[in-house]
Amino acid sequence: MRREPARPWLAGLAALCLAAWAATGQAQSVERGRQLYEARCSACHSVDANRVGPLHRGVLGRRAGSVPGYDYSPALAASGQVWTEARLKAWLKDPEALIPGQKMGYRLDEARDRDDVVAYLATLK
Amino acid sequence: MQLITPPQASRRSFLGTTGSLSAVAVAMLAGQEALAQGMGADVSKDVGILNVALGLEHEAINAYQLGAASGLLQKPVLDVAVQFQSQHKGHRDALIATINKLGGKPVAEKTLDEYAKALNAGSLKSQADVLDLAARLELGATNAYLGVIPAFGNRDLAKVAGRLAADETMHYTVLTSALGRPLPTAALSFGA
Repeated sequence: MRREPARPWLAGLAALCLAAWAATGQAQSVERGRQLYEARCSACHSVDANRVGPLHRGVLGRRAGSVPGYDYSPALAASGQVWTEARLKAWLKDPEALIPGQKMGYRLDEARDRDDVVAYLATLK
Repeated sequence: MQLITPPQASRRSFLGTTGSLSAVAVAMLAGQEALAQGMGADVSKDVGILNVALGLEHEAINAYQLGAASGLLQKPVLDVAVQFQSQHKGHRDALIATINKLGGKPVAEKTLDEYAKALNAGSLKSQADVLDLAARLELGATNAYLGVIPAFGNRDLAKVAGRLAADETMHYTVLTSALGRPLPTAALSFGA
């Protein structure tokens, strides 16, 4: 039986397709996160202005409770935490469980919603 | 600057029109004196949520103020905005009374200029712009109030949040209609 010759270009094409698929999925997640942010978060938050809640540009990687001019709860200001993606998702799942004594009473119950909102927040650089 | 002055300008008559919520909110807390004395963890948490709500109401009142002061709103839209602002003032008064009753400290209102900056009021160029901003704030408030209902330790306060959400939904619906936009087609579109 004759074997087919190896086709490296086929593997490369598959990798490209996978990368494109992943990028499309990420873009869809970010766009859905943006829509969720508008509907669920924008009552209190804006990207570039402190309102009822602090502004969100640059939140990923920022130390919690550190936006100038925003009046944080003592609990959040003293938490010493840094906003990683995992910590943002934990915050959106149950803020009080992550930092007891904080003042946000809102949460996102669905894991996909949290993933998408955090994907969007990560773009706010 | 044009000031929004509700037709029923006096506090007494103002409360007369919005007093149902105020009265309910205060009355339901009449039985909360014991809690207010000690301000336990649950009560403190409830006060925190109520203060976030109060922050939303301060912002809404000022947003409508900015809209009216812009000169972009024409009658009868201006009259509706005045009415909605008066209802937000009713919410504010009920929340302040409730927070005080629970032994908390109501969050203070910021200056109109601070709200103008935060809401990017300088970008408002038409009546539609003002209505769009108001609709976005009202929708956000609806979802926020619905979203915090499960977080309340006190079920009566959760009910107040539901009633506030109902008012905001009414505002959002009217504003959406004024903008000529379609209403949500799906069921259960709010709070999701």
